[in-house]
Amino acid sequence: MHLILFLVFAGFCLGGAINLLIQSHPINSALSLIVVMVSLAVLYLLLGAEFLAAAQVIVYAGAIMVLFTFVVMLLNAGREARTMGSRAARSVGFPAVVAILAVIATVILHAQGLGVARLSDGITSTEELSTVLFTKLLLPFEVTSVLILIAILGAVALARHDDTDPQGSAERTDK
Amino acid sequence: MSSYFAQEVPLSWYLLLSAALFSLGVVGFLIKRNLITVFMSIELMLNGVNLSFVTFAQQWHAVKGQIFVFFVMMVAAAEAAVGLAIIIAVFRARATLAVDRIDLMKL
Repeated sequence: MHLILFLVFAGFCLGGAINLLIQSHPINSALSLIVVMVSLAVLYLLLGAEFLAAAQVIVYAGAIMVLFTFVVMLLNAGREARTMGSRAARSVGFPAVVAILAVIATVILHAQGLGVARLSDGITSTEELSTVLFTKLLLPFEVTSVLILIAILGAVALARHDDTDPQGSAERTDK
Repeated sequence: MSSYFAQEVPLSWYLLLSAALFSLGVVGFLIKRNLITVFMSIELMLNGVNLSFVTFAQQWHAVKGQIFVFFVMMVAAAEAAVGLAIIIAVFRARATLAVDRIDLMKL
């Protein structure tokens, strides 16, 4: 059962990732990235990470990808020109990717002591996770909230119109 | 594999999937020519790395690996918000999303 679930959703993952690369329209790429993220949530659940599976669906497949599709539709991004990368990408980038993948795969396949994942291993409960998060790692957690606040302010400052548009100020005076 | 209906999956398969997702993200970063899809490739790389974090958390029965993934998700959310705001600002200034034509800082 575990093997079948793994193979199905790993297939969805890889298929979605490859589809992201071969689609030329950004909205199709965004939808295939959602497929990748939802299948990753199932894989997290298979590995016993229930909180992360929920967070993956809510934060990644929900919030972040909605933001992406929103921007794609807002900017009316059209079909992109199909290229096979720049000269630097072809001469350095692709060999480097193949080399990195080969090295990682070799290391993983020769690694000793890597265990197996079973469905009967049990899951890491949210309680267990939050106990560590809110006791030992409280400071990083609080710093993250500052980071999110700065990101909100930065996003507002960047996306705002610099020039004061007459329509906006007219609406404001109407109030 | 002993049998097709085995109840267990080697963790190395998860790690290989994670490496494959990361590599596909790098390839997408290199071949895509739209600013938004380049950004999506970066998210794909982040997801690949997250999978290997969760796998190793399972291997060592460590909760901190999963908490690290939580932090990566938060940073990715902040990054997506700021990055997409930058993309909107760039589109407003240059009226294009093609990375070949956003080359003001190129040597």
